[in-house]
Amino acid sequence: MDRTVDKRDAAAGPAPDGPDLAQPNRISHPLRPGRWLAAGVTALVLVWLGWTIAVNPNLHWDIVVDYQFDRVILEGLWVTIQLTVASMLIGVVLGVAVALMQTSSSRILRTGAMAYVWFFRGTPLLVQLIFWFNIALIFPEIGLGVPFGGPKLVTWETNTLVTGFVAALLGLSINEGAYMSEIVRAGLRAVDPGQQEAAAALGMSRSKIMRRVVLPQAMRIIVPPTGNQFISMLKTTSLVSVIAGADLLTVAQRLYLTNFEVIALLIVASIWYLVLTTVASVGQHHLERRFSRGFGGTVPGTLRGRIGRNLRFTGSAR
Amino acid sequence: MTAPMVRCQRLRKSFGRIEVLRGIDLVIERGQVVCVVGPSGSGKSTLLRCLNHLEEPQAGRVYVDGELIGYDERDGRLRPLPDARLRRQRESIGMVFQRFHLFPHRTALENVMEGLVAVKGVGTAEARKRAGDLLDRVGLADRAHHYPAQLSGGQQQRVAIARSLAMSPKLMLFDEPTSALDPELVGEVLEVMKDLAASGMTMVVVTHEMGFAREVGDHLVFMDDGLIIEQGPPREVLAAPRHERTRAFLSKVL
Ligand SMILES: Nc1ncnc2c1ncn2[C@@H]1O[C@H](COP(=O)(O)OP(=O)(O)OP(=O)(O)O)[C@@H](O)[C@H]1O
Ligand SMILES: [Mg+2]
Repeated sequence: MDRTVDKRDAAAGPAPDGPDLAQPNRISHPLRPGRWLAAGVTALVLVWLGWTIAVNPNLHWDIVVDYQFDRVILEGLWVTIQLTVASMLIGVVLGVAVALMQTSSSRILRTGAMAYVWFFRGTPLLVQLIFWFNIALIFPEIGLGVPFGGPKLVTWETNTLVTGFVAALLGLSINEGAYMSEIVRAGLRAVDPGQQEAAAALGMSRSKIMRRVVLPQAMRIIVPPTGNQFISMLKTTSLVSVIAGADLLTVAQRLYLTNFEVIALLIVASIWYLVLTTVASVGQHHLERRFSRGFGGTVPGTLRGRIGRNLRFTGSAR
Repeated sequence: MTAPMVRCQRLRKSFGRIEVLRGIDLVIERGQVVCVVGPSGSGKSTLLRCLNHLEEPQAGRVYVDGELIGYDERDGRLRPLPDARLRRQRESIGMVFQRFHLFPHRTALENVMEGLVAVKGVGTAEARKRAGDLLDRVGLADRAHHYPAQLSGGQQQRVAIARSLAMSPKLMLFDEPTSALDPELVGEVLEVMKDLAASGMTMVVVTHEMGFAREVGDHLVFMDDGLIIEQGPPREVLAAPRHERTRAFLSKVL
């Protein structure tokens, strides 16, 4: 036999004493006793927690079940949803406007934007809410007309105009606008200035450059933190219970002040908050995928894959 | 007599205290391909960007097709053009960038459609058809639905050229269109530019590709330190540069 052929055979096929490279590698992973121990302890704690909660007689699960779909609770839930969606919408619009002001070439616009962010980020939301609720103490009447003390065309009594809901909406959305403007600004800054130049060289107007070129790309940066803001807003709305906002927490409190089932009703409310935030997380995931078009692979896998990975007890060895 | 396609007069531009263009005079005839060469920082990009008013010069005038760029001149005084008229001027001047600057959130086809739809107000169906034809012209009909990130550098630059051509410009500016490309991708872009030159397009090309300058260029401009040091037919300038600085530069790049 020819010797060169012999050599080639030895490289590709099984050598008499070497490993068979045509077969999949057999790798024996080392045992990791530390990880197994941690997993065991975690599982034990989870089971124990679930058990104590399930059998604890002080938790009145029957009351929880009774009130979970109570009409009053559902009305509060609806107010919470409305407040969250409306405040976020207004907050996002304000945020975009203020972010654009901040990047403007006019110093007055920039200063105004800065002052807004400075004030509303620098004072507690709770204080702002109480302030809006009591705005009638400063401005008993609100009117349309000539400013600086000129004649008024129409006037309204502030107390009829600014109800608990309106005060809540004002407080939440104006506060949110300050945070959103920072998020939007970071997004705008992340877009390559070359994009604006290319669009300008095509002859696009400034507003079209913003709408068609810059904002869609900034969205990729803006959407994830905005999703977080939304989820956080779902829970922040509970603050309006201090101004009789009629939201989920307010109605739960009203109920337990009459029937003293404090814990049960707080559980009812918490379950609803969890449901809302879970639904919002799913929505956020889909939005992120939508806005990462053309950027490829910034969202790690599908939602199901992500959940699956977290639920799998022992992942592939890393 | 018709006006030349481009006329720069005494063009000056500074950034802060640094004067980047120190009095540029340049005439480009219709259908000419002018190659601009010179060392880094000599002001080539700045000159190009003054031609479509992406930079505002401090002094001097730029005329394209006989029209003063960026300003209205009345009684010897200049006023900035209203936005809409400046946009009209830019529309007729295509620009291709070193780093392509394609819109990453749009496919190749959508990139080419963008100007038609957003600037010229062409309907989507018509824009799609025209954009498809242009992609075909730069040899990328089969990549129409790819996003820029899914294209090679050479393909991206060809899409960028098609995007500019979609506006039916009378003048095309190229700022080092092949400098960001791997060597084996340079040829396909130069080929497209060569075809464009053959079709009669007036082109200003900042480039380090001396082969292209010699073969396709009608005129070569050598810039150094904000001034045009030497200009003339590419073969002559490249074969027998008259100025010491041109010679020194060419000995480095050739
Ligand atoms: N926006 C700007 N602000 C400040 N300085 C600038 C700006 N743009 C350009 N310059 C400066 O102007 C000079 C000329 O720049 P320009 O980009 O026109 O050179 P160039 O000939 O194109 O160089 P290169 O071959 O490196 O692209 C450089 O010194 C640069 O630093
Ligand atoms: Mg340059």
